Amino acid sequence: MFPRPIEKSSPAWAATYQALVPMALVLWLLPLIAVAVFSIKPDVDFTSGNYWGWPSAFKGFENYGKVFFASDMPRYLMNSVLITVPTVIGAVALSCMTGFALGVYKFRGNLLLFFMFVAGNFVPFQILMVPVRDLTLDMGLYNTKLGLVLFHVAFQTGFCTLFMRNFIRALPFELIEAARVEGVAEWRIFWFIVLPLMKPAIAALSVLIFTFIWNDYFWAVVLTQGAESQPVTAGITSFNAQYRAAYHMMSAGSIVAALPPVAMFFLMQRHFIAGLTLGAVK
Amino acid sequence: MADTSMPHSDGAPGWIRRNRQALAPALFLLPGVLFFLFYVIFPILQSFNLSFYRWDGLGDPVYVGVDNYVELLDDRAFEVSLWNNFKWLLMYLLAIPAGLAIALFLNQNVFGIRLYKSLFFFPFVISQVVVGLVFSWFYDPTFGLLNQILGFFGLGTLNVLGDPNLVTYGIIVAGLWPQTAYCMILYLTGLNAVDPEQVEAARLDGAKGLKMLWYVIIPQLRPATFIAFVVTIIGALRSFDLISIMTNGGPFGSSRVLSFYMFEKALSEYGFRMGYGAAIAVVLFLIMLCFIAYFLWSMYQEEKGGR
Amino acid sequence: MNLLKGTAAGFAMAVGLAASAQAADLSGTLKIFSDMSNPAPRAVMEKLAADFDALHPNLTVELTVIDREAYKTQIRNFLTANAPDVANWYAANRMRPYVSAGLFEDVSDLWAEPAIADNLASTKGAMTLDGKQWGVPYTYYQWGVYYREDIYKELGLEEPKDWDTFKANCQKIIDSGKKCFTIGTKFLWTAGGWFDYLNMRTNGYDFHMALTNGEIAWTDDRVKQTFANWRELIDMGAFIDNHQSYSWQEALPFMVNGDAAGYLMGNFAVAPLREAGLTDEQIDFYQFPAINPDVALAEDAPTDTFHIPSGAQNKEAAREFLRYVTSADVQTAINAGSALGQLPVNASSSVDNDEMLNQGFEMLSSNSPGGIAQFFDRDAPAEMASVAMEGFQEFMVFPDNLDEILDRLEKARGRVY
Repeated sequence: MFPRPIEKSSPAWAATYQALVPMALVLWLLPLIAVAVFSIKPDVDFTSGNYWGWPSAFKGFENYGKVFFASDMPRYLMNSVLITVPTVIGAVALSCMTGFALGVYKFRGNLLLFFMFVAGNFVPFQILMVPVRDLTLDMGLYNTKLGLVLFHVAFQTGFCTLFMRNFIRALPFELIEAARVEGVAEWRIFWFIVLPLMKPAIAALSVLIFTFIWNDYFWAVVLTQGAESQPVTAGITSFNAQYRAAYHMMSAGSIVAALPPVAMFFLMQRHFIAGLTLGAVK
Repeated sequence: MADTSMPHSDGAPGWIRRNRQALAPALFLLPGVLFFLFYVIFPILQSFNLSFYRWDGLGDPVYVGVDNYVELLDDRAFEVSLWNNFKWLLMYLLAIPAGLAIALFLNQNVFGIRLYKSLFFFPFVISQVVVGLVFSWFYDPTFGLLNQILGFFGLGTLNVLGDPNLVTYGIIVAGLWPQTAYCMILYLTGLNAVDPEQVEAARLDGAKGLKMLWYVIIPQLRPATFIAFVVTIIGALRSFDLISIMTNGGPFGSSRVLSFYMFEKALSEYGFRMGYGAAIAVVLFLIMLCFIAYFLWSMYQEEKGGR
Repeated sequence: MNLLKGTAAGFAMAVGLAASAQAADLSGTLKIFSDMSNPAPRAVMEKLAADFDALHPNLTVELTVIDREAYKTQIRNFLTANAPDVANWYAANRMRPYVSAGLFEDVSDLWAEPAIADNLASTKGAMTLDGKQWGVPYTYYQWGVYYREDIYKELGLEEPKDWDTFKANCQKIIDSGKKCFTIGTKFLWTAGGWFDYLNMRTNGYDFHMALTNGEIAWTDDRVKQTFANWRELIDMGAFIDNHQSYSWQEALPFMVNGDAAGYLMGNFAVAPLREAGLTDEQIDFYQFPAINPDVALAEDAPTDTFHIPSGAQNKEAAREFLRYVTSADVQTAINAGSALGQLPVNASSSVDNDEMLNQGFEMLSSNSPGGIAQFFDRDAPAEMASVAMEGFQEFMVFPDNLDEILDRLEKARGRVY
């Protein structure tokens, strides 16, 4: 344990520490707290210059009501869900298979293929921008959720393969060997032996990919254009254009847009952190 | 499937059975690899190819050889972007020590610490679009909190996002916020795995504070540091969202980075130069390639050491 | 006489019948993509689509409104991939990339019809590239100085007619602790408006057009004179501070709160100013004054347009829609103060009785002998416009960098044209 555990220090320092942590937290989250306060203020606070003071009235219901009932926000949120969920399923499914193949079998080019996925995952994805946009246009998938999903699945497969392959490598290989001796078919080994063991990895990866894709802005801008297909990250800019300088509305909109991954994080925290750090502590 | 007569797949034709060990991985890999080739590897090659053309994205491309690259050489905006990319790379690395510091600060067992840890991590899960908005209000020259604070201490006012010399740093600070949270969580987990016996032994030897941190703890955190380094470098080179939201590259292009500049040249309101954008992408890719090579090399070393 | 009248009436009826018969023939779907995303224009566009839909029972009109800023980058994608039947865009050089790539339909046939040829003649030039017409205009609007009438009264100022008065007014405003002009240059084009006016007033319309066409060097002394005039204002402190951080909307509050006395803008700024609580007694409009008395006054009056993409599915209905939006009554209705609050292009339409619109119409029809420009980023090719407007922004913040900026623009000119 480092640094020295607080319970072994003097009670004075322990008490100071207990007080220090929440203070540091407030400081750390100050920008967010400000936005949260913005989002429940009435608009008169902004015209009268009361930006950072206490809200003169609680208008949370009105502001959020407008976000949900008088804007395209619900559609953008729905789009985000319809883009994010299939992507998570697709990328995780594909990478379970690639990870299994690369983690279990020995064949020539194994490492090479693995490195291809890893390198592809590290590529600054902007280099793909122009060709992927053209590809999507040519396939008639421009400005569709499907176009965005297909690309995300493909690109995320790189990261997911890295993740899955390393996870599978750490599984007890003897189980697979034993099954082979029994003459169990390879796909059954995958389905009945390895997959159940991969549940924690699948959970961790799903949560992680969910946040990544939900928060994607770049590809949303490059591949989609309107309320019928844009996810909420891109939609928030149109929303903001509509409420230009109406800070209470922009804040409420931003909070709504940010909420799903946050909720996901708090609900699935263990998996999330396991996912992020799997490589770090293997 | 051939293996329907399980568990003993006697019914499978001999050829399939004999080559099962070779066929199975190929079949498992096929969909993933095809997808990846189609959407990632192939487009990278296309970008390389496109960088030798002049193309407005509408008509037919015209082959121009290395003209795009020659033009890059004396494009001031490109120079500014490249320079800013280096600022990003360097400054962004601050997330690693900052993350470590916060992790050390929070690595205690007191009431409610789990909640504190997750709240500290919170900025990382918020979309960069929202982070960008929040920080542009923070910096706002008329009402921003920053100027209110500076004013309170009688330090005058700053227009961070309007000052060509400050703007990039201002955006990087916004980017450091979630990135530090990310590094923090990596280190918190890493600290859990630090060997308590070694720490105790070092304590008995009289090691304390910074010395202990430097000689005992940090070496044990190597894997966490490596991951933190990788994700931070990638994050720095990919930076786009924050710039697009906070300044749109301005004022007069002083906050552009390569990834933003190429978007601007190729796909923005006045940008019709796909080939030129691709050339910028290639440069960015080559910079990244140095790091990718390093990452792969480290991984390769580890693989050799492992099974 | 009577006989003649009867014939005429009969003829009119026949024409009416023919028109309605033709109208009834339209069927299928008409897909419209529009960039009219701000609240008031959006309502206009929605009504336009609904009315046209109601007029043609067998036709379904499908309207997609896209955020105005996003639209500018997305048009090239949907024109190639997913073309609607009708799309909004802008006149002049702004059309060129799409015209050159063959993505806009040639609508010269519509311009040959008397209803359009006679009534829209004033904008034919702006719609013409390579000798053909590529779309129709539905609205245009004046640019000029919108100012706080009450502040001018308080300081005893008159609307300036010449450069010296303009500057003297400004000095008085500055002395009273305010700024003369608000502006938000974050998205650059607002600075383009200032350049247009200063250059047209310093060097005239023809020079300005030659410059945007790439025929004159940016390092030319006459261009430098324009910047020298601009610099006088900058050095006085005429513009608000930190303008590089604001969008044009975010710059409005300075005028609303009385921190700035004027705004060089298009007429679309009037609606948000009124919405923010300024009354017609508080805001007024004047034409940008003469600088060089030897050049004729010329104005910016950007024209917004409708086009038919070449990939359209229902071109027949699209043509009918273009006829519809150019008709006198429709243009009167959509440009009314309660709707777009702009000027109709159709010469037979009437301008709504609105203080600003009347002044703008008056100015454009009788006091702009030099010519009418579209706007900097519509007159100059896209790449030149983007480099140049970035330079204008930099100049407004660091006027000392002028020579370096002009060298850069000159280099861009060498490449673009």
